[in-house]
Amino acid sequence: MSARTTTEELGPVTTLATPIRLDFEFTPGVAQSRFLRGLEKGKFVGQRCPTCGKVYVPSRGSCPTDGVPTTEDVDLGNVGTVTTYCVVNVPFAGQSIEIPYICAQVLLDGANISFMGLIQEIPTDEIRMGMRVEAVWVEPEELTPSLASVRYFRPSGEPDADYETYKDYL
Amino acid sequence: MSAAAATAKRAVRRPVSIASFAQSENVRQDDQHNEVEMLMPVVAEVFANIGITKNDIDFICSGSSDYLIGGPFSFVTALDAVGVWPPMPESHTEMDGAWALYEAWALLQEGEIDAALVYSFGRSSPGNLNEILALQLDPYYLAPLWPDPVSLAALQARALIDAGKGSEEDFAAIASRSRKDALSNPNAQVAHDIPVETLLRDEYVVSPLRRHALPPITDGAAAMVLAAGDKAREWSDKPVWISGFDHRIETHSLGARDLTSSPSTAKAADVAGVADGPIDVAELHAPFAHQEMILKEALGLDDGVTINPSGGALAANPIMSAGLIRIGEAAARIASGQAARAVAHATSGPCLQQNLVCVLEGE
Repeated sequence: MSARTTTEELGPVTTLATPIRLDFEFTPGVAQSRFLRGLEKGKFVGQRCPTCGKVYVPSRGSCPTDGVPTTEDVDLGNVGTVTTYCVVNVPFAGQSIEIPYICAQVLLDGANISFMGLIQEIPTDEIRMGMRVEAVWVEPEELTPSLASVRYFRPSGEPDADYETYKDYL
Repeated sequence: MSAAAATAKRAVRRPVSIASFAQSENVRQDDQHNEVEMLMPVVAEVFANIGITKNDIDFICSGSSDYLIGGPFSFVTALDAVGVWPPMPESHTEMDGAWALYEAWALLQEGEIDAALVYSFGRSSPGNLNEILALQLDPYYLAPLWPDPVSLAALQARALIDAGKGSEEDFAAIASRSRKDALSNPNAQVAHDIPVETLLRDEYVVSPLRRHALPPITDGAAAMVLAAGDKAREWSDKPVWISGFDHRIETHSLGARDLTSSPSTAKAADVAGVADGPIDVAELHAPFAHQEMILKEALGLDDGVTINPSGGALAANPIMSAGLIRIGEAAARIASGQAARAVAHATSGPCLQQNLVCVLEGE
């Protein structure tokens, strides 16, 4: 038996594990709290800029263009337009959705910014820009102040939106 | 500018003035506002002070750390507080806003722009500062041991006592004076008038540091407008000029340093020309009481200098903003006529590892 014991035999150390974990309390602030409380009621709440009139969802409390507070709440509908999308075919650690699935940017009617949503109830090869979609919410008793309240979006059955209506949001 | 400023070893090529300064109220925990909402009123105030808008600014530089709130790219989203449209040149330092100020000042030296906005925000309440600040240490030998900043500061305080350069009574006297002065600072978080003998009955947090020798944990934000050329005169009748500016760093290895002195501060002070004229007021970023003694020696300040009339970091220590606030407080004393020449200091890292020195003068 000839166990390698000296540094020369063992060679240089190439890996050093130093586990790190930090926990934080998230502070959503005034504007995001309104958005999250809206989700708890099963609706999307945006905020309008008093200067340019654009509606942000979710708002962080400021118009990123004008730098002024967004204070007017705007109840947005349940329906929007797919501005762009991708089809996820790659498995990764912690994946909770069966692949392949569609990840899309959805521009809610009345909003001036899109946000990311899962698209279901449609074959992945049928997704397209301009498709009209609607949010499917969890059961009322399962609603929480979280995007987990939105199960996914699905086709609303309306004709596709005209490119002119969403070309500025790509 | 005075003739003395010209003798600073790193010549100031172009005079830059601190045209406006604003800071939030400093609180233990602001759980009502996100970072954008914290910053917006401060940015609005720093512009309103001199009647300008974001359109009058040529450059933005901010100082913050995403580690504090655990929010990736929080320094990018914070720009929403200003509204950078049309796009404008912008930069960020993962440092106290004092270093963002240095970057903006350096750019103004080049002469291509005339005005800059500097801001910083520090939210210390969302996470555990003792853990977060341990992660700025050497990642192989120190960080895995999770040494907390209070323990490291206590090592420094102990070394100071052992070297005969300070005592627990000295630390208590600094804490007592600072928090008494903070009574006149509307933005202070900890302000009270407690005599030294009472403070010395505090429990030790980490010996030899008692509770009073530690900074509070603070959420806060600050903003400043710098101006050069015609804008400096346009925006102020009595500009406060930066006459010297430098920052220096010491080794990452705590064991290789003499913790009882601050050669990086002394070097920065030399280059910034602190000794080129009398200093009336010093705003020193000394989060732990004993660090004021080390800085006072490194800066060569005599007993006639008023130190930390704002209460300093012992009154409020919003990490990433506390250094910029020192410069703003020093500038305010020149603007009000209370001081003719002042030095402001900012620090970062464990045990005063990195130090910045800014000399300010009125006319």
